[in-house]
Amino acid sequence: MNKIKKITSYELFLPIMCFILVLLINVIKTPTFFEVSIKNGVFYGYIIDVINRASELVILAVGMTLVVASSGGTDISVGAVMSVAAALCCYILAGGQQTINAYQNPYVLGILLALVVGVVCGCFNGFLVAKMKIQPMVATLILFTAGRGIAQLITKGQITYIRVENYKLLGANIPGIPLPTTIFVVVIVVLITNIVLKKTALGLYIQSVGINAKASRLVGLKSSRIIFLTYVFCGLCAGIAGLMASSRIYSADANNIGLNMELDAILAVALGGNSLSGGKFTLLGSVIGAYTIQALTTTLYAMSVSADQLPVYKAIVVVIIVSLQSKEFKKIVRGLKDKKADGRKEEQVA
Amino acid sequence: MEQGVVLTMRQIGKTFPGVIALENVDFTLRKGEIHALMGENGAGKSTLIKVLTGVEEFETGEIKMYGRDGAIINKSPQEAQKNGISTVYQEVNLCPNLSVAENLFIGREPRRAKMIDWKKMNQKSKELLASLDIEIDVTKALENYSIAIQQMIAIARAVDMSAKVLILDEPTSSLDDSEVEKLFALMKKLKKDGVGIIFVTHFLEQVYAICDHITVLRNGRLVGEYAVEHLPRVQLVAKMMGKDFDDLAAIKKVGEQNNEEKEIIIEAKQLGRVGSIKPFNIQIHKGEVIGLSGLLGSGRSELARCIYGADKSDSGELLVKGEKLLVGAPIHAMQNGMAYLPENRKEEGIIADLSVRENIMIALQAKRGMLKLISKKEQEQFTDKYIDLLQIKTADRETPIKQLSGGNQQKVILARWLLTDPDFLILDEPTRGIDIGTKTEIQKLVLELAKKGMAVMFISSEIEEMIRTCSKMAVLRDGCKVGELKEEELSQDSIMKAIAGGVKNE
Ligand SMILES: Nc1ncnc2c1ncn2[C@@H]1O[C@H](COP(=O)(O)OP(=O)(O)OP(=O)(O)O)[C@@H](O)[C@H]1O
Ligand SMILES: [Mg+2]
Repeated sequence: MNKIKKITSYELFLPIMCFILVLLINVIKTPTFFEVSIKNGVFYGYIIDVINRASELVILAVGMTLVVASSGGTDISVGAVMSVAAALCCYILAGGQQTINAYQNPYVLGILLALVVGVVCGCFNGFLVAKMKIQPMVATLILFTAGRGIAQLITKGQITYIRVENYKLLGANIPGIPLPTTIFVVVIVVLITNIVLKKTALGLYIQSVGINAKASRLVGLKSSRIIFLTYVFCGLCAGIAGLMASSRIYSADANNIGLNMELDAILAVALGGNSLSGGKFTLLGSVIGAYTIQALTTTLYAMSVSADQLPVYKAIVVVIIVSLQSKEFKKIVRGLKDKKADGRKEEQVA
Repeated sequence: MEQGVVLTMRQIGKTFPGVIALENVDFTLRKGEIHALMGENGAGKSTLIKVLTGVEEFETGEIKMYGRDGAIINKSPQEAQKNGISTVYQEVNLCPNLSVAENLFIGREPRRAKMIDWKKMNQKSKELLASLDIEIDVTKALENYSIAIQQMIAIARAVDMSAKVLILDEPTSSLDDSEVEKLFALMKKLKKDGVGIIFVTHFLEQVYAICDHITVLRNGRLVGEYAVEHLPRVQLVAKMMGKDFDDLAAIKKVGEQNNEEKEIIIEAKQLGRVGSIKPFNIQIHKGEVIGLSGLLGSGRSELARCIYGADKSDSGELLVKGEKLLVGAPIHAMQNGMAYLPENRKEEGIIADLSVRENIMIALQAKRGMLKLISKKEQEQFTDKYIDLLQIKTADRETPIKQLSGGNQQKVILARWLLTDPDFLILDEPTRGIDIGTKTEIQKLVLELAKKGMAVMFISSEIEEMIRTCSKMAVLRDGCKVGELKEEELSQDSIMKAIAGGVKNE
């Protein structure tokens, strides 16, 4: 009994259960879900697909987790920032042309500038939130709306195509390596972030500021600088995600890259058992949350739900999962248990 | 139910993970009595109140109230309110960003045609506070006022709800003598009207001044219920602590009186901040304990905050060990050897969801810098050392600080600052909510630290405590430092006089 209690009170218990639940549904709907086959030295299968497709979301969720933790607000501009980064990268590589078959500028330059623009967007958001004390939702609304416009300006309203083989590598497989490249990028991003949070005091600082900014300032933390940093990092993550998304379609489609991704990213954080009002957080939870969402999307597709109806079903499932994790729900469950116990007691007395 | 009894609690039990907070506790409240609930930090006083008022659920036992058949269970403070129990909790739980008037009338706003009648609400608020001699702008947000005023507002709100039972959990912890007197007058009046009052405090004098009965708890168990006249002070202390202890024994001040000749650690020259503290001069020497005294709102805390940089000063200069220091943020003050324990524990002290360990370590970590993470092992050693030294009662070092009793939270914050080993330690109401045993320990500790050369600034509403610890005292009035008293001039009388006015000027 005690052991069960210990396991169920573990902070990641519910996120993991939700993930398993979604996977179970997947297996029931698609018995071949976990099957992996090798063709031309590359792994194929539903599960590989889920892991691959979830990559952008995982990286966004990592950035979002820290933003939520430090400021108790969300960055709703990440989807738009993805498209800005993608647009800039393609613009640089294409040298301003619409379709190219050879890079006009070095590949590395394009990647670097895309990351820089992500950071710049993050700085802008961070400045508004941390220095100007604007509510995160409102502050990031600016880039949420303006971001895609900026991306359109960069690409002159056209879709820029990069028809060079090695541009696709980031979103596909590097020859000779059986797993998609995105998986490696995700592992690196998650690992580095985790190491920085655990091996320095940054993780503690972020939580402290998110819980009580006033008290944190008095113990010597620079609350606004820490909040600022998390937004910058979130911008960087959006930049990375934008590059991956762009590589998948070897183009910059300002209208569609990262569309509605911010909502999924916020959801991933919530599904991971993180409080959206800030403070304590678990990075691993958000990562699990992100994979849960992607697995869910795959399930729904497998059940032949059409893309336009997808959000409705997703919403329903999300409502269920989130309320399962809420405190009120736990209280109700406990109440029911107590009643049962009382009932039993009364029976015994009688 | 027995004649004249308004409330009985029988065999109440409550556990938290790792702690038995209450075990078989009985409590009886009679009509028109003031009943003290006493015990050390973590004895279970607040928990008893919380289970009574529905903040927490109790696991065993039953509660009965006069005029109601059968046992009652309050599921929420609102329900308790409806059943005639009105409560001021230990931590002021009003809304900082609502106006004073809104806080007073939230949930029971005067209405006219379904709309809130703001004019009437503000008017009534003014009257209500005037009955407690508080004259403030009731339309301003609550957070503009000191913790003491906030406490008075919480009391005013509870009292105004005309209940059968009034519960006051450490309501006087940040009040000074004159406010306490006002509160007592009010309590006596309610008592006459037949209200039963439960009064939690760590001030023994207050118990003897106003209470009829005393119930003592220790480690979550009932020690007993006594009539005040049958339980002399020494015995009360013994009952609470489970051993004999003389809290009034004079603490020996190590009277090297030549502090003035020692090195000056902190010197302020015309330091000030518009709207909170007028420019002041102050010199603090090594090994000195300087007290700040003055009435509420006289600028005691503001002066300290100005030196530490909690509020940025806008005039004058600050010298630390003779060198000019520009304090832009508290971290600069910390790096120059300062530490500051703030008055408002809940808003500015604890980081609620973090563990006891993290709360203790955070200041030292911030001082050392983000990249130099203190190793887990070292953190645990430090934490255990202070849990032991200050007798912090916690289930585990990883327990979130919000689960500790009020007094134990205060000890954690104190540990946080002691750990940074400062040259200049500012303590704003350090013994607030701390039981008498530990209070004496802390006073001793302060003197010991001073002996080792630490300069300490000590702010307390308890003059007695200041006389015991301070080697000189600065007097403030209306946001202005008006004078200083030397050690040999320190007495209850001289201080009262100085506070009230008529002290020599600088
Ligand atoms: N929410 C909680 N979770 C876990 N433990 C708790 C919680 N609230 C109180 N406790 C524990 O219950 C015990 C009694 O606490 P309580 O707050 O009643 O003490 P108290 O007598 O009011 O002390 P103080 O004088 O310091 O206010 C303490 O050991 C405390 O750590
Ligand atoms: Mg208490």
